[in-house]
Amino acid sequence: MELVRAHILVCGGTGCTSSGSKAVQEALHRELKKQGLDKEVKIVETGCHGFCEQGPLVIVYPEGTFYCQVQVEDIPELVEEHLLKGRILQRLLFTEPLTQERVPHYKEIDFYRKQRRLVLRNCGYIDPEKIDEYIARDGYVALAKVLGEMTPEDVIEEIKASGLRGRGGAGFPTGLKWGFAAQAPGEKKYVVCNADEGDPGAFMDRSILEGDPHCVLEGMLIGAYAIGSDEGYIYARAEYPLAIKRLKIALAQARELGLMGDNILGTDFCFDLHIKEGAGAFVCGEETALMASIEGQRGMPRSRPPFPANSGLWGKPTNINNVETWANVANIIRNGAKWYGQFGTEKSKGTKVFALTGKVKNTGLVEVPMGIPMREIIYEIGDGILGDKKFKAVQIGGPSGGCLSEGQLDLAVDYESLGSAGAIMGSGGLVVMDEETCMVDVAKFFLDFTRAESCGKCTPCREGIQRMREMLQDFSEGKGSLEDLDKLERLAQTIKDTALCGLGQTAPNPVLTTLRYFRDEYEAHIRDKRCPAGVCRALLTYYIVPELCRGCTACARVCPTGAITGKVKEPHVIDPEKCIKCGACMEACRFDSIILK
Amino acid sequence: MKMVNLTIDGCQVEVPLGSTVLEAAQKIGIEIPTLCYEKDLSLATACRMCVVEVEGNKKNLPAACAQPVMEGMIVHTNTPKVREARRMILELMVANHPLDCLTCEANGRCKLQQYCYEYGVKESSFTGERRRFTVDDGNPFIERDLEKCILCGLCVRVCDEVQGVAAIDYSDRGFDTKVTTFMDRGLADSPCVSCGQCVYLCPVGALTAKPSKGKGRDFEVEKVPTTCGYCGVGCQLALNVKKDKIVGVTNLPDNHNQGYLCVKGRFGYDFVDSPERLTTPLIKRDGEFVEASWDEALDLVAQKMAKVRDEHGPDAIAGLSSARTTNEENYLFQKFFRAVIGTNNIDHCARL
Amino acid sequence: MTNSIAGIEKANVILAIGTNTTEAHPVIAIRVHKAQTRHGAKLIVIDPRKTDMAQRADIWLRPYPGTNVAILNGLLNVIITEGLLDEDFIAQRTENFAAVKEAVAPYTPEKVEKISGIPAADLLAAARLYAQAERGSILYTMGVTQHTTGTEGVMAVANLAMATGNLGKEGTGVNPLRGQNNVQGACDMGALPVFYTGYQAVTDPAIREKFAQAWGVAELPDKPGLKIGEIIEGAGDGTVRALFVMGENPMLSDPDINHVEACLKNLDFLVVQDIFMTETAELAHVVLPAASFAEKDGTFSNTERRVSRVRKAVSPRGQAKADWEIITALSAKMGYEMDYGHPGEIMAEIARLTPSYGGISYERLEKGGLQWPCPDEEHPGTEYLHAGKFARGLGLFNPVVYKESAEVPDEEYPLYLTTGRILYHYHTGTMTRRVDGLNELVPTGFLEMNPADAEKLGIEDGEVVRVTSRRGSITPRVEITDKVAPNVVFISFHFREAAANVLTQAAYDPLSGIPEYKVSAVKVEKIQ
Repeated sequence: MELVRAHILVCGGTGCTSSGSKAVQEALHRELKKQGLDKEVKIVETGCHGFCEQGPLVIVYPEGTFYCQVQVEDIPELVEEHLLKGRILQRLLFTEPLTQERVPHYKEIDFYRKQRRLVLRNCGYIDPEKIDEYIARDGYVALAKVLGEMTPEDVIEEIKASGLRGRGGAGFPTGLKWGFAAQAPGEKKYVVCNADEGDPGAFMDRSILEGDPHCVLEGMLIGAYAIGSDEGYIYARAEYPLAIKRLKIALAQARELGLMGDNILGTDFCFDLHIKEGAGAFVCGEETALMASIEGQRGMPRSRPPFPANSGLWGKPTNINNVETWANVANIIRNGAKWYGQFGTEKSKGTKVFALTGKVKNTGLVEVPMGIPMREIIYEIGDGILGDKKFKAVQIGGPSGGCLSEGQLDLAVDYESLGSAGAIMGSGGLVVMDEETCMVDVAKFFLDFTRAESCGKCTPCREGIQRMREMLQDFSEGKGSLEDLDKLERLAQTIKDTALCGLGQTAPNPVLTTLRYFRDEYEAHIRDKRCPAGVCRALLTYYIVPELCRGCTACARVCPTGAITGKVKEPHVIDPEKCIKCGACMEACRFDSIILK
Repeated sequence: MKMVNLTIDGCQVEVPLGSTVLEAAQKIGIEIPTLCYEKDLSLATACRMCVVEVEGNKKNLPAACAQPVMEGMIVHTNTPKVREARRMILELMVANHPLDCLTCEANGRCKLQQYCYEYGVKESSFTGERRRFTVDDGNPFIERDLEKCILCGLCVRVCDEVQGVAAIDYSDRGFDTKVTTFMDRGLADSPCVSCGQCVYLCPVGALTAKPSKGKGRDFEVEKVPTTCGYCGVGCQLALNVKKDKIVGVTNLPDNHNQGYLCVKGRFGYDFVDSPERLTTPLIKRDGEFVEASWDEALDLVAQKMAKVRDEHGPDAIAGLSSARTTNEENYLFQKFFRAVIGTNNIDHCARL
Repeated sequence: MTNSIAGIEKANVILAIGTNTTEAHPVIAIRVHKAQTRHGAKLIVIDPRKTDMAQRADIWLRPYPGTNVAILNGLLNVIITEGLLDEDFIAQRTENFAAVKEAVAPYTPEKVEKISGIPAADLLAAARLYAQAERGSILYTMGVTQHTTGTEGVMAVANLAMATGNLGKEGTGVNPLRGQNNVQGACDMGALPVFYTGYQAVTDPAIREKFAQAWGVAELPDKPGLKIGEIIEGAGDGTVRALFVMGENPMLSDPDINHVEACLKNLDFLVVQDIFMTETAELAHVVLPAASFAEKDGTFSNTERRVSRVRKAVSPRGQAKADWEIITALSAKMGYEMDYGHPGEIMAEIARLTPSYGGISYERLEKGGLQWPCPDEEHPGTEYLHAGKFARGLGLFNPVVYKESAEVPDEEYPLYLTTGRILYHYHTGTMTRRVDGLNELVPTGFLEMNPADAEKLGIEDGEVVRVTSRRGSITPRVEITDKVAPNVVFISFHFREAAANVLTQAAYDPLSGIPEYKVSAVKVEKIQ
């Protein structure tokens, strides 16, 4: 490896790419050349660092200085200050919102300090398009260990002992699952990586694939060896072009080095992978629908059993894990189950990656040990609610998950605790909501998603979600009765009890949890015809605050229905009977005198 | 074969390992409602009517058609929870259904109607959007009314897995899901071979036999089991008869054709009542056929045959029997020629 | 069929030769489809047309029409060369294999390729696939039999099955699929010139005596009767003076229709008994109205030898009568009383006189069909024949040689014509052409022609053309399709307005009397 005096890591994840990191990288190249530093400073395009909100991110090593929101215009100054003069460019450092202190190093930022980056250990550190960099960080050591020292049974025992559970949502013990596939009779077996991440706002798997594709390949190689498979598939969303590109590069490099293909590392073990691009159906994240899709069928789930471990892809024993699960494997093998066991709780071992979004100050990708209280994620890593508003709810697990209220803030984030609260771990979506969020509206949002993504096969999901959505629409307009809440609950319960696949069975969760924790809010809509959060438009009235109105007539002129009357220079009045709630008056008012109430 | 013991509604039953709860229940005569299940087809597990309660399973109500039996399993098929779930599913189906049972062809044989009756679902308490489609009536034999479709998928599966045609499949998703033909062009412009297996399996009135339309309800017709009169496969079928007229054909299960038929067997019966049928004996006089009584006609035949036999010997007479008529008739025909006329000049078009 | 319809699903390899099963026997095609898709069976199709089954086949051999014997011999040649014979079966269950071995020796894949156009490698692959199957089932239809060498074709099929031990077990067999509802029954019942019921020969004095006694006559004729073609020719040359036709339509179904018409017109007396005024009935002196299958009781025997009940569902239309009633009435007029109250009584008589039907009665048939041989009332019927032992003892290998068809294309008539059925119509169309929906789906006959030929002749899809053979000409519409190979045209025989059998020749297989419908030479011309 060439020796250089400094490395500049430029984040090339999708988040930073869309905030302009490519241009920043080019500007850096130009500037380094101009300053004659191109031989002694190396630019590395890395995967995601997780702190996407602050992108484009640039980190300069060996100091590990963390620059945020770097723009092309900043480059000459950055190069001059940091690389020529050896001074930290203060204005580009991250400012801790609470203390207003500028923090020069990555690990000192609260956002990172509470995290435990095991799965994401290489994301942001290495160039994901260079296998050497992965290898330099002990990549493929686990594979060598497995092929050299362990029997397939040993591998399965090690994974079992680690307590690793599926990170796709349901949390099934991974070692057990591998064991089933290993024991299933049959010559031909498949391993599949589910990279069809579909929850709105979730991008954990994408970041891993973009930032550290080899760790997924290594995990799959180890899994394939353990269950006796020689062929695998990565089913990735077509909407992840960068992840797919990097996977393809990684595959080609692995093949070139004899880490993929026939007689891997000179042993009898043979394995290779196909990349299958999905066509954008959420339900294809369900393993039986995913397999149907790989086979070229319509992506519809089927009943289990038979489980894929016995009859999966093309009827052969198949082991499916999601990206994050596979990404854990090499770490466990390399460091041992015991090492892994130090993270997490007794039943939920290891870490979990979450996409933290919503009304928190710090959004981004975070990896935390299992069992961490929800409060810590929101208030320490996320640094609390934006605008210092009041916390209202956190939605965990995407459309299949549930909404937890303030009462659950101290809940430990592990499989069992979340389940008992009516939510699920899910693939790792965390949406934080403040007091301005209407829970009926939130339920509507998630049902819009599941209604559109239902495959239409089974009656409860196909017909039931539609009816739930219609009832919520009525509530949001103040229609319906309190008995209808019970009916909604019964319908939701029936769907949960009877739907064919995981998508259908969990689709009612947003409804059931909001009903459970925020029933009063539903009742306010129905009984009082009032949306406490001020979101449901049908229940709001536009009102001109007389004290603020200057009588400029701007509102009356834009009102399409002539609902606003008043004399010039005197306060105007809105006739609620005529008002169609289009909001044009509010936009037109220059004095903020029109409010919703 | 390894056997498994389980309890269903308090009754012990022993079935082979690998059986489903539905099969086990059927074995002891416990009826579990199904809309999308058919023994000869792959499992859809789509309608969810067959859900049951399994002790120890707190997660959900599994579908009996797909739930494998396990040793010591305790199953309840008719608990309040199960009935409530089924009632809710029926309500959901009915909410998206025309409910025009008064004029529906399937009235009386409709399984949705039957189950609504059993579970007391009069109408749906859900009022909302209903799917709207135009009827596909381009095919002369099969009418598709998708508004009545409950998406059980039996038609899709039988077309693919049995007939090997796959003229229909699902399109769209979620609430908009429908069974469609290629590019939604309708059956007439599809590879459909009009075998009508789908019509027979349709549990509701979404697929109906056009020639039978308005000609008789299922409970009004007499179903006469017989053998198809077309090719040599000899499929077993039931002629549906009302007022001395054939108004339709339905399947007969458990036979060498497994109930399946082709377009001719299922729909090709109209010729029986064709106005072109010969209805009286005819004698040709001066090049024209004139109607005659049976006595006149048979006297003439007997007299002519006797004359030829007497003048030219029995071998101047020949008979062509028929691969279309019954065994008994072929037997009598050759008996007549051999015993009465006295010749072996008998053949038929076996080879054509 | 030696085996059963259900048994097709048990086969590992299905060899379908000269059968467009999907259209002619749709419900059997379902079994083939299930065998393939559910049980992983492999399918070999030998057919000059790209039928639905050909498209589904694992191996499709597309020969020139009329070359079956060469191909079948070629398959056996490969099987012998590659040592894939079932030596035990041949040694224990058969005789005369040596002669066949010698006969097929010249039919190397290379030679067969020259004769049939089938690439040698494909023939090899097909032979290996069939021979190595644990259970191989052969299905065939008129594509094998309707040739001047049809009998040789059938023998070659039997040779192939015996050489590989594919007989006498489930999922195997030599399985001709019979075309008409009761063609099997008509043969079983002795509607043949040399047999009484159950293939009891009229030439056997003891058998004659048995029937004479049962029927209460002093003696029965011992001379074999005329076959259908000979009957028509006899009518033409005056040796046959009177003809009684029950439910047949030779004016559409027989070859060289123009000639048939001339012959029938030469008869002193023609009686036709049918449900419609057929082309043949129009020539008759007396026409008798018969009841349809829905208007009478009886039984049909299907292609797998299964005797099933036919039940009266509606009353006969007008004054129509069941054929059996007409025969008994006529017989009485001619001084011989046949006293039957119900077809069940006729079946009882059949069972008494026919060993293979001995155990069949209406009472038993109420519970479902029975497959003969069913010798006694306890016998459950026979799912497959030749289990353990052939009917004649040892299975007889018959050496056969390939002979060219009676008529092959030449300069004047450059195209092969082959004929057959389509799904939506049946035989001479007397029934299906009176079903509105079927006519809507397929209103008339059409000539299938390869795009290359159509281009050469400047013919467009849907154009009406003149097709001419040495016998006559017809003017069907053309359908341009690659279902047929270049230089081959196909037409179905269901349609009187485009009657295929105007074109076909009265060249018969000398042994079976089957006309060579599958091969004639024709020319196709544009109509100016």
